[in-house]
Order: sequence, then structure tokens, then C-alpha cells
Amino acid sequence: MTTDAAIHVHHITRVEGHGDVIARIENGLLKEVRFSVVEAPRFFEAIMRGQCYSDVVHIASRICGICAVSHRCAALQATEAALGVEISPQTDLLRRLAFHGEVLSSHLLHIYFLAAPDLLGLPSVMPLISSQPDIVRRAMRLKQIGYDLAALVAGRHTHPVAMTVGGFSFLLDPARTLGMRERLANILDDLEATVELFASVELPTFERETEYVSLTHPDRYAFYSGEIVSSDGPRIPVAEYRDAIGERVVEHSTAKWARWNRDEYLVGALARFNNNYEQLHPPAQAAAQRLGMEPPVHNPFAMTVAQLIECIHCVEDAIELTDELVSRGTDRGQQQAEVEAKTGLGVGAVEAPRGLLIHEYEYDSAGKCVSANHIIPTAQTQANLNRDMQEFTPRIMDMSPDRIQHLLEMLVRAYDPCISCSTH
Amino acid sequence: MSREEPIPRFGHKPQVAFFDFACCEGCQLSVLQLEERLLEILGHVDVVTWREAMTEQSTEYDIAFCEGSVTTEEDVERIKRIREQADVLVTLGSCASGGCHNELKNQWSMDEVRRVVYGDAADTISTIPSRPVTAVVDADYRVFGCPVSLPEFMTVVNAMLTGQSHQPPNQPVCVECKLNDYVCVYEMGKVCLGPVTRCGCNAICTAYGDPCQGCRGLMDAANIPAMLKALKREQAHAIMCAVVQRHELSDDEIAAKLRIYNNWPEFDLKEAQPDDD
Repeated sequence: MTTDAAIHVHHITRVEGHGDVIARIENGLLKEVRFSVVEAPRFFEAIMRGQCYSDVVHIASRICGICAVSHRCAALQATEAALGVEISPQTDLLRRLAFHGEVLSSHLLHIYFLAAPDLLGLPSVMPLISSQPDIVRRAMRLKQIGYDLAALVAGRHTHPVAMTVGGFSFLLDPARTLGMRERLANILDDLEATVELFASVELPTFERETEYVSLTHPDRYAFYSGEIVSSDGPRIPVAEYRDAIGERVVEHSTAKWARWNRDEYLVGALARFNNNYEQLHPPAQAAAQRLGMEPPVHNPFAMTVAQLIECIHCVEDAIELTDELVSRGTDRGQQQAEVEAKTGLGVGAVEAPRGLLIHEYEYDSAGKCVSANHIIPTAQTQANLNRDMQEFTPRIMDMSPDRIQHLLEMLVRAYDPCISCSTH
Repeated sequence: MSREEPIPRFGHKPQVAFFDFACCEGCQLSVLQLEERLLEILGHVDVVTWREAMTEQSTEYDIAFCEGSVTTEEDVERIKRIREQADVLVTLGSCASGGCHNELKNQWSMDEVRRVVYGDAADTISTIPSRPVTAVVDADYRVFGCPVSLPEFMTVVNAMLTGQSHQPPNQPVCVECKLNDYVCVYEMGKVCLGPVTRCGCNAICTAYGDPCQGCRGLMDAANIPAMLKALKREQAHAIMCAVVQRHELSDDEIAAKLRIYNNWPEFDLKEAQPDDD
């Protein structure tokens, strides 16, 4: 039994951005445990003011290098809502396709490079380069297909170039997707091997039921668009997000916390999995069964596994979307909608890889940004992570301080925090 | 800024560290996209510190790759310590190499930007005007772009490991755009900063019909007065003239566009106004 321990991890490793893990145990009692975001803010909500709408969406993707397409799409939706722009079905389809590329690259970065070393007892993926090069090559291959898919549609993943307010700045030739379709079909074997890898490792057992918040869409497993839903019941249009989600500044964090029905809620792959499981493609559901994931899943460590299941869904769905693109062709008339500057306020929401992401912009009559608001997944879910840490730590206090520290770091990494994004 | 001492040639397998300051970390992620070429580089160096990818850490290293902007007093000290330790310092991306949108906040007082974002809790947040790494310490190599261009990154790594210097390209994006035979986006009715922006990106934006936003910063010899004359219809090419007329750009709008990636030091349009003669 650890009776005294003072854990202070300054800048936890293998996560995006800068955060600290702090735990203090005195005389066998847990005095304090928390995760603090110490990222330096870049003040995106302030710097957007005065920018023209087309520059706003350009700058918006720079909030995050991992989920640049998500930020671009949320900013596009918000701006199009504010300016009253209707996008074409073709644009909707292409944005969904680019989105799958981002989810794949982001999830696979986390699964292999950030989370897997913990499960394999390694400090990083580096030792595997010489000991198990096949696994490293597989990881790189998988991650790369996500970047390439996003680049095919949007010119580049980080940061997308061709996604404009009202559509796209170029017309994709559907024939160019044929090679990608073949790669997507072939990569399923690599994902299958990844499922087997995860089926062979054991996650820490810890369950805590919480509020699960995500988008939901009547026709499909929601990533690019939908309404906001909570596992506690309510469902609201994205434009009414302020009625539900309340942000607040807390001590020890440069990223704001959020609450809805409860004081904390979870967003991200596990929230989507729990809320929208029925809409996953059958092979993704089969992988869930193989991995022992039956919704609702209440173990936060299973977030990484939910991400893997989503990868299979994204590949299956991307194959369908490329088939649809090839069969219906692309039409220059649907490439770019007319856009005119006008006064307006608009909200856009997407499921970024790490969960619900909301952008809101107000424009003046010249199309200049008057105010901006960004609600970021990792910021929203911080409160939930801290609550998990408070409930998890007492259950592992019979272990050595090193082991306690490692398990707490694993819990933080399971959330796949995107910290510079959360502070923005 | 380049240091005057000769670049050290490494007599041993050099130890490499990656550091990030205020940024989106997209440049590090772009480097991860090198795949096989990354594995090849890793054969020539030992990565000893890379917080985003590794738990292993070391305070001893020969080469430091630095990404992001310096926006706190602590970061000013941190980058100075890194400079002291590293024989070679490489800045990754425009945030670190010369300036980017992070410096847009310098248009206002720090109190104001803190209040806009954090409201009543503004006082709990510490921040200083944003600046690139190169404004605090000298860099031996700079890789521009938002994000970095991978071919340029590879060229810099090759130069560094073989002890050669590398001068960032210093021509406008238009040169690469024309070499690729892309349609000028002015002909599509869009305002493009390619004529004054440092090339090296192989004109990736105009390749997709998107105008250059200037993410690699102004080239050294950027002729802003001439660009202004053109954008203000005083001396424009016929096509450019039609585009500019359509957009009716005011001085403020031109300045806002140029400022996005060029606000370090603070961008002042008046200083760049064309001479009357």
C-alpha cells in the first residue's frame, strides 16, 4: 500500500500539446489528483475579429495540426450558415470523404504511436523500429492512407487547401479515386491485424458510467454533420448549443471546462460508439464483437478500442463514397456555390476525431468577422477525465507510486487529448 | 538570421530533440508523414527527445528542431536554454521561422485579447506578444510554411547532416506556379499573395485553384509598393485590375491580408506605401 506519494508529471509525453498530471497521497489518503492543461493560448477567438470570411476558414484549420479538416469543416458550416449559403450534395459527399481521411490518420496516430506503447510495455514506438519493423511499417501505412485520402479531396491534410466557403476550389476527377479505392480495400487486412493485436492485450479494468455527448444523424454514423445528442436524453440542433453546453474557466487550466446535464460529460469515439452504434457498418460491428465491446461501454480505457472500430467503419464508408462518386461523376455546376458577404451569425458542428467540435462566427455586412467562439472536444471532456482520475486513483493506491503514475498517464492518453487545440 | 560560426560536421551519430512552442503541432505531424524516408533519417540520427512521440527524454542533444511561436516569458527562457545546448537549431514552420497568424494578436493589447477569450478570468492567463523563435535566438536552418513542405524539409536535413548551409528559397510563389503551368488564380477572380510570397511550397494552393495566403512569409525582396499599386488599380495588369475592382479592396483589407503571416515585426501598410514618383 502506498501511504505517501507526490506525483507530478510535467508535460506528459505521447499526447498532443502540454498538460501535467498531479497526484498527492498522504497517509494512505488521496489528497489531490488532477490533469492540468498548461498550454500557452494562441487566442484564436480574438484574432479572428476583423478577418474576411474566406480568411477565417483558412486560419481556423490552423487551430490544430491533427484535426485540421474538422476545424476547417466546422468553420465552413458556421460561415455558410451565417451567410445563408447552401452547399451542393456533391460538396457534402466530398467533405464526408475528406473527413474519413482525417479520422483514420488521427485515430491511427493515437492507436499505434501514442497508446500502443503502454499496452506493449514500451516507452515509445522507437524500440519497435528494430525489434518489430513490420508493425511499424503497418502503422505508417495505415496512417498514411488517411492523409492521402484527405489530400486527394482537399489537396493536403494539414492544412487543407481546396475546401472553400460554398464548396471546393477545384473539381475532383472521380477517376483519381480508383487507386485510392483499391488501397482502402487492401488496408482492411492491416486493420484486421490491428484488431487481433488489440484482442491480445488487456486494458485496465475501470468502469464509470457518465454522460455521453456526440452528434447524431438520421441517415448515417455522424461525423460531418448532425444534431447534438446526450445519452441523458436531450437532442438539440447545433444552432442552439448555447442552451445546453456551458463553458467555464477553472483554475489550473488554460482550456475551458464544459457541462451539460451533468457536471462532466464524455465526447469522442466512445461517446459516438455508445450513442450511434447501430449505424456502424457491419464489419465494424463484427470487430466490436471480436474485441468484446458491447454498447454501452463505460471503461474510458476502451476509447482507443472504439477508435479502432471506427477506423474500420471509415474505410468501409470511404469505399462506398468513392463508388458513389464514380457512378454519379462530378459536376462543375456543383463545385462552388455563390457566396455574398452579409450580416449574420452561424454555428457549425462536426465530430472531430476527439469528439464534438463547435465553431460560431458573427459577420458584419462586409463579411468581416465580428466575434468567434470555438468549443473544443478535449476542453469539453477535461472535467470527465478529472472525475475519472478521482474515482480510479483510490482503486490503484495499493500499487507502487511508479505504477500509479503510469496508470494515470495511460488514462490521460486513452482520452487522446488534443491539448493545443483545446486551448487554441 | 544565420549564425556566423561554421556548421559543425558530426563526428558521431548526432542526437536529435524535437521541441514545440505555441502552435498546432502540424509541422511535427507532417514530418511523421515521411514514412520510409523518416525511417531512413532515423538510421542516421538518434532521436533522444520528442515529447509528442516518446516518453524517453534527454537534456543532451546536438540538433534541436523547434516548432511554434514564443508567447510566454517562460518560453523565452526555454528557447534560450535549447539554443545553448544545441549545436544546430532548426526552426520548423513559419510560426518558428519568421512569423504566422499567431502574431495577429499583437494588434491589440494583451489585456484585450485575454479579456475577449477568458472574460473575468483574464488575469489568470499570462501571455506576451507572440514572436517567432528566430526573434529570440538565431537559427542555423529555417524551414518555412504552414505547414512545412516535406521536400524542403528533406533538403534541409540532407544539408544539415552533411555540414552544408541552406539558404531558404527567395523567389515569389508565382515562379513555381508558372513552372507547373497552373492557371493564375487572378484569372479565376481571386486575390493571391503569390507575387510577394517566398516560394518553396511548389505552389500547392494555386495547384488546387486556391489563392496563396502568404503562409511562407514575404520573400526578402518582396516589392510591396508594386503589389499595392497593382491591388489599388494604379498600375495593374488588366486581369488583376478586373479582380481588384471586383473585390474593391480598401487599404485596411489589403493590410489585413498581408498581416496574416507577416505581423512580426508589426506590419505597417503606411511604411510600404508606393512612392509618388
